[in-house]
Amino acid sequence: MKSTVKAALAAAVSLCAVTAAQADTIKMAFIDPLSGAMASSGEPAYQSFILAAEHINANGGVNGNEIEILGLDNKISPKESLVQLQKAIDQGARYILQGNGSSVASAIIDAVNKHNQRNPGEEVLFFNYAAVTPAFTNEACSFWHFRFDAHADMKMNGITDWVAKRDDIKKVYLIGQDYVFGEAVAAAAESQLAEKRPDIEIVGNELHPLAKVKDFTPYVQKIISSEADAVITGNWGQDMTLLVKAAADAGQEIPYLTFYGGSSGAVATLGEGAVGTLFQVSELAANQEGISDEQNALVAEYKERFPDYDYYYHRAFVTLEMFDAAAEKAGSIDPIDVAYALEGLSVEGGYGTATMRAEDHQVQQPLFITTVSPDVTFPVDNTDLGWALVEGGVISAEAAMEPTTCEMERPE
Amino acid sequence: METLVFALLNGVIYGLLLFMLSSGLTLIFSMMGVLNFAHASFYMLGAYLAFTIMEGTSFWIALFLAPVLVGLVGMVVERYGLRRVHAQGHVAELLFTFGLAYLIDEVVKIFWGRTAVNYRVPELLDFPLFTLYGAQYPAYRIFILFVAAFMLVALWYLLKRTRAGLIIQAALTHPHMVGSLGHNVPLIFMSVFGVGCALAGLAGVIGGNYFVTDPAMAVQMGPIVFVVVVVGGLGSLEGAFVAAMLIGLLQTSAISINASLADIFGFLGLGPHTEVGEITIASMAPMLPFLLLVLILMIRPRGLMGEREV
Repeated sequence: MKSTVKAALAAAVSLCAVTAAQADTIKMAFIDPLSGAMASSGEPAYQSFILAAEHINANGGVNGNEIEILGLDNKISPKESLVQLQKAIDQGARYILQGNGSSVASAIIDAVNKHNQRNPGEEVLFFNYAAVTPAFTNEACSFWHFRFDAHADMKMNGITDWVAKRDDIKKVYLIGQDYVFGEAVAAAAESQLAEKRPDIEIVGNELHPLAKVKDFTPYVQKIISSEADAVITGNWGQDMTLLVKAAADAGQEIPYLTFYGGSSGAVATLGEGAVGTLFQVSELAANQEGISDEQNALVAEYKERFPDYDYYYHRAFVTLEMFDAAAEKAGSIDPIDVAYALEGLSVEGGYGTATMRAEDHQVQQPLFITTVSPDVTFPVDNTDLGWALVEGGVISAEAAMEPTTCEMERPE
Repeated sequence: METLVFALLNGVIYGLLLFMLSSGLTLIFSMMGVLNFAHASFYMLGAYLAFTIMEGTSFWIALFLAPVLVGLVGMVVERYGLRRVHAQGHVAELLFTFGLAYLIDEVVKIFWGRTAVNYRVPELLDFPLFTLYGAQYPAYRIFILFVAAFMLVALWYLLKRTRAGLIIQAALTHPHMVGSLGHNVPLIFMSVFGVGCALAGLAGVIGGNYFVTDPAMAVQMGPIVFVVVVVGGLGSLEGAFVAAMLIGLLQTSAISINASLADIFGFLGLGPHTEVGEITIASMAPMLPFLLLVLILMIRPRGLMGEREV
């Protein structure tokens, strides 16, 4: 009797061992703010990756392996992120997902470069889904880093093209967060406006502390007294919401041209006042004709699963889709194989084709300029308002493309 | 001119909120001789409680109920926590309040989540009151001004014009003498602690929807409140008032100034394109309170109106 039990146990154990060997779990570490002022940006991204991973797992996984997303809270601090990065690597994660904050991304790129140099055979890849400082795919580019979002210069191209067509805009105010990303946005706006509309006067160029300002009223009053016709900002998370809140309180009705006006809560804060004044340039335009039923179903599914947020991080889905496609192409889930397979890879995203440029690991995809409208299929922030495409708001991948100065070193 | 008017208005409101927070802290300090590290946590608690009460009932009930609840929590903390720890000396008290701050932080995260809650301005006050130089001014800000001014007068009256205030003032400096005269000093301590916390709670109720109600609000407000108390002079209410107004005005007006360091110190040869010269006054705003703290400690260690050294 005893021996049968033993045999059965042994069989069971070996069976477990076999299944474990056949299908690994691919651990992907999501390192972003999940608490504090910027959690309203981190949380929906985390949920997007979880949903994207579930879809891939349900469709047979990545070469038969399941994706597991590990959520690690970095409290938007580069120091904390490095602790979490080490923790993730110790837990066996070979893929890092991060996007909120170029200050953090820069620290992770650096740490990943060092780690890979010191630990051959245990390489780690960094999938950056939202940190858009141009340097990461230019002078500071790395083989181990892939960016799945258009960088600041590319997005700014969309905004400045739009501004160039609006003759009524004569004075522009720039406001941004005081760190490498905010500086990059301001620099891009200045140089591009000087080129496209030299007659436009930049009446203010303000940087405020990141995630520290609780009341933007003094800043908004400065904008009002500068008599600006439009505001350009790269603000995100709470800094975005509170900025437009102060603008609405002051009754300001000039266009706010943003990268992240879709940050959770901004539309709800402005209400009807957002219609035609809040603009966003991004890879997502859910309310437009000719989108596949599958993509529309995904947007609806997201809202159902996570009622507090909206489908916003389309790039999170693109990131995992491209990873899945690259692993399949390489026939491997090893980071180096995947990295080489990603180079030049194209996938059909929900809103256009996304291609990973081999030279600098910068994704190339169409961008859209959208504004808040009451006439939409997918409203946001639990209001009746949503993001609708503006006239001539489609920027093709070719038009959004920017040259790169990247000189990449590739491993053997 | 318009910059000045707006800076004054916003600065006064921010200053009054700061005073509401620090008045309780400075009272508690002068009485017990210990800095309450958890004080800003009571501010946060006030905001969250008001949010919850407002969801069930209305803002006006929250405005009264939330500070009372926070005051009661404060009393319980004093009666069953601080009073016992008191026997172990000041270091133990300090550590106790330090731990309490973390405890309240975590409790708030468990009950209300890690992200900001949607604590809104009541609809009755959600309209622009007047337009000044092309910018509308929200009525709620003026409401804050009135609540804070009312609290200021009430506190002054209580401390300076009533018998209870007389006893409290006496207990602050000579607790043994007051005890010998037959007053229940521990009860006075408990009440003052409760009132101090309730004031912080009130600041949370009206500040929570003016700013943001999230679990980080205590940590962000905490250091500024200490600066107010130290700059004003430990244990001096008048000093705390002056310091709170000073910091409020300093911070908001710094943001409105368009100059850079090079513009001001240019005569010393600081170029506009050097690393230091490029720094704008506006970007230095968050640093100014702490600069003031350091300067005060160097030049006048007992604070603006304090009677004893830090």
